[in-house]
Amino acid sequence: MPGDAGGRHAGGPGGLNPPASVTDPPAIELRGISKSFGPVRANDEVSFSVPKGTIHGIIGENGAGKSTLMSILYGFYRADQGEILVHGRPTALPDSLSAIRAGIGMVFQHFKLVQNFTVLENVILGAEDGPLLGRSLRRARDSLTALAREYGLEVDPDALVEDLSVGHQQRVEILKALWRNADILILDEPTGVLTPPEANHLFRILKGLRDQGKTILLITHKLREIMEATDTVSVMRRGRLVGTLRTATTSPARLAELMVGRKVLLETVKAPARPGPILLSAENLTLQDEHGVERLKSVSLTLRAGEILGIAGVAGNGQSELLSILGGMTRPGEKVSGRLTLKGRDLPLSGRGADGKSRRQAGIGHVPEDRQNAGLILDFTAWENTALGYDDDPAWARGFLTDNQAIRDDTARKMQTWDIRPPIHTLAAKSFSGGNQQKLVIAREFEQDPDILLIGQPTRGVDIGAIEFIHKQIIALRDQGKAILLVSVELDEIMSLSDRIAVMFDGRIMGERDPATTSEGDIGCLMAGIAPARIPEQTPPGPTAEAP
Amino acid sequence: MQPLPKWADLVLVPLISLTLAAFVTALVILSIGESPWFALTTMVQGALMTASGWGHTLFYTTSFIFTGLAVTVGFHAGLFNIGGEGQAQLGGLGVALACLCIPWPHWTLALFGASLAAAAFGAAWIAIPAWLQAKRGSHIVITTIMFNYIAASLLMFMLVDVLRPMGAQDPSSARFPAELALPRFNQIPGLDLLFPRSVPANVTLFLALAAALVIWLLLWHSRTGYRIRALGKSEGAARYAGIGPVKTTMTALLISGALAGLMSVNNVMGDAGRLLGNSAAGAGFIGIAVALMGRNHPLGVVLAAFLFGFIFQGGSELGFMTAIPIEMRVVIQGLVILFTGALDMMVRMGLERVFARLPRRPSKAKAA
Repeated sequence: MPGDAGGRHAGGPGGLNPPASVTDPPAIELRGISKSFGPVRANDEVSFSVPKGTIHGIIGENGAGKSTLMSILYGFYRADQGEILVHGRPTALPDSLSAIRAGIGMVFQHFKLVQNFTVLENVILGAEDGPLLGRSLRRARDSLTALAREYGLEVDPDALVEDLSVGHQQRVEILKALWRNADILILDEPTGVLTPPEANHLFRILKGLRDQGKTILLITHKLREIMEATDTVSVMRRGRLVGTLRTATTSPARLAELMVGRKVLLETVKAPARPGPILLSAENLTLQDEHGVERLKSVSLTLRAGEILGIAGVAGNGQSELLSILGGMTRPGEKVSGRLTLKGRDLPLSGRGADGKSRRQAGIGHVPEDRQNAGLILDFTAWENTALGYDDDPAWARGFLTDNQAIRDDTARKMQTWDIRPPIHTLAAKSFSGGNQQKLVIAREFEQDPDILLIGQPTRGVDIGAIEFIHKQIIALRDQGKAILLVSVELDEIMSLSDRIAVMFDGRIMGERDPATTSEGDIGCLMAGIAPARIPEQTPPGPTAEAP
Repeated sequence: MQPLPKWADLVLVPLISLTLAAFVTALVILSIGESPWFALTTMVQGALMTASGWGHTLFYTTSFIFTGLAVTVGFHAGLFNIGGEGQAQLGGLGVALACLCIPWPHWTLALFGASLAAAAFGAAWIAIPAWLQAKRGSHIVITTIMFNYIAASLLMFMLVDVLRPMGAQDPSSARFPAELALPRFNQIPGLDLLFPRSVPANVTLFLALAAALVIWLLLWHSRTGYRIRALGKSEGAARYAGIGPVKTTMTALLISGALAGLMSVNNVMGDAGRLLGNSAAGAGFIGIAVALMGRNHPLGVVLAAFLFGFIFQGGSELGFMTAIPIEMRVVIQGLVILFTGALDMMVRMGLERVFARLPRRPSKAKAA
């Protein structure tokens, strides 16, 4: 539970919001912004204003036009129509430089940092004082320490960005914006890559910034974050602004309804699992990466037909490596050992027969964690992506050549059944929203009717409507008697979908829990590497059985 | 920015780039005190207004199609094969050995055999860089360019010490049997009406066009092509899909090398009738520009090869007919590469801005 949950509403305790905001012109005001891409109206007469010193949320499904709107605000796109007022002055934002000059800073969902630069170097990049860096670096160091004190944005200025955790990298992005004197901060899906504690910390930082008079625009599709962090919220649907509400006087259900345009089931409903025989069993799986670091340490698990095994854990604790072994995605330099059996037959762990194609032929489908770099080829069309991993399917062969028309027809049909929008199979995968990209992958993998399905982060960057749909499909697949291994960093998702939960920490499985009898706190402890089963920990009697 | 409409991307961008290249060329010609207009008319006259001009232009086009396709196939696998020159020279060696060592009963069979030999030698020459790339990650650009030098030396050794006929003074092989000569355009019934006098363009052009068609089918209508393109676009996705990177890399590069080697059928067997020292004559490098300009699509490669064929032939005409040195064609080639390849984004971005403004007018008019 975040400690400051009580202070989330606008004008909260002690009147932290300066009353000046009543007389000040709004920090940002949009008047009738419209933007079309060809026949698609991405933004249609969007108007709202954000008072200075508030956190304003913008929520909407993927493809609702949030990102387009923010791109207009940051000068990436030019609006076809409409006017933008910054602090009451009409401002033209033809490029991002003018946005920066107008005091607008942007924190992107995918960070724009130079990995092998230090924090300090990244902060001054593009905003150096002159050809020699010494002065800028000194100045940045001073103001970074000041900013860190003021807002709780502690980051080691000399650390290399590549060594930082994702949460810290995000702080660097915020510092970058502040160093450029931004007083309006736009954050695009900032918690997509964060763990729950990191997200809570981020919200504390944002509230601190707000209390110092900064204005914050928070774009997200997560209702909980809107409720937790914002003062006011605008809901977008299909390019239109369907309402601006005070967060304090609304509810998640109401927001969800506005977003989707109908009532949404926020809770997942599922019948109890009826587990069948063990389909997949792994014994002592260990993976050593190219540098000799053990990423996966003796992981054993079993997976039965008709059940969902959820793997909980903070990102980077071996879940990806586990999926990569099971799905046949290990890299040449990685060393894998252990034993993997599928329906009693041994599966090879490396070399021939351990690649993705062999795994698929063995009946293991895989919705990978990283859909942009593994699950899809973004430059390929939707129909070409339908053949990814199944390019030697005999149904699509015509002599030496492939029957492209058959793949196209199949894709068109999948787009219908899975409601993938827009239903244009010749469109490049990168042109689809996150949710629809995920549906492309899910349609492909689910329809191959695998016995075992590996699913990594099924709803990362996916909107509510699609989440509901994807969750239903996963449960439906389980009810058909398939075995499902679900890896997710979203604890909610793990808790609501899984029939069993295994928690990973530092490459090991810390413990297994029954979601019906466990609590988030219990799982949270395991995620942090604390084994709560041995609570009397006052004086450890000799070496404990479980490593930390 | 919105993407450009397809026709603008495919036609307008290269057209503007070419115009810019022509403009700068004109400035260069002006600066050496010659008339750009006269230069242009000379080039067009020499390359496109006479049968002999066409015969040469199409001859060069044939070579450039092969080397352009070679770069294209590599490009789709995300690999930049700039060793086309060396692979073409080795292909020439293959052609020479096939023509000199095997008593072919007819030129058609000889063409088949020599093509196989050219492709095999070209592929063999890229095999080592390809293997190093696939297995060890040694950069293909570095290794193939080094192999160009080795190829040149190897060829010189072969010509001077092995293939040179007794008593001959120049480093070249013996002449191939006359009955193996490929029909030139002036010897092909029907075409001979258009080409009354002997021209270097020969039946290999049809082989080149067929190769372009095959490569198009390979890349977009076959599993192998799918795997090559998948690997080229996303290594992660290829690993996920179980597309073996080593095998796919090798396949793509061997095809690339084979195509570069095939070029030698045109100049060694189709024209020279013997193997000469510098047989590839830079066509391997021009292939890079052809692929760039042709947007790595076989049809584009054919068109771009024709353009470079025109520049090559027109450029030599400049050397004959004007005070402009023949090296001017290198300048023109360089400028075309610069504008179509390296500065492509400059034109594209400008055009995107223009196009971004265009469609707004009708929508505004509607709103008003």
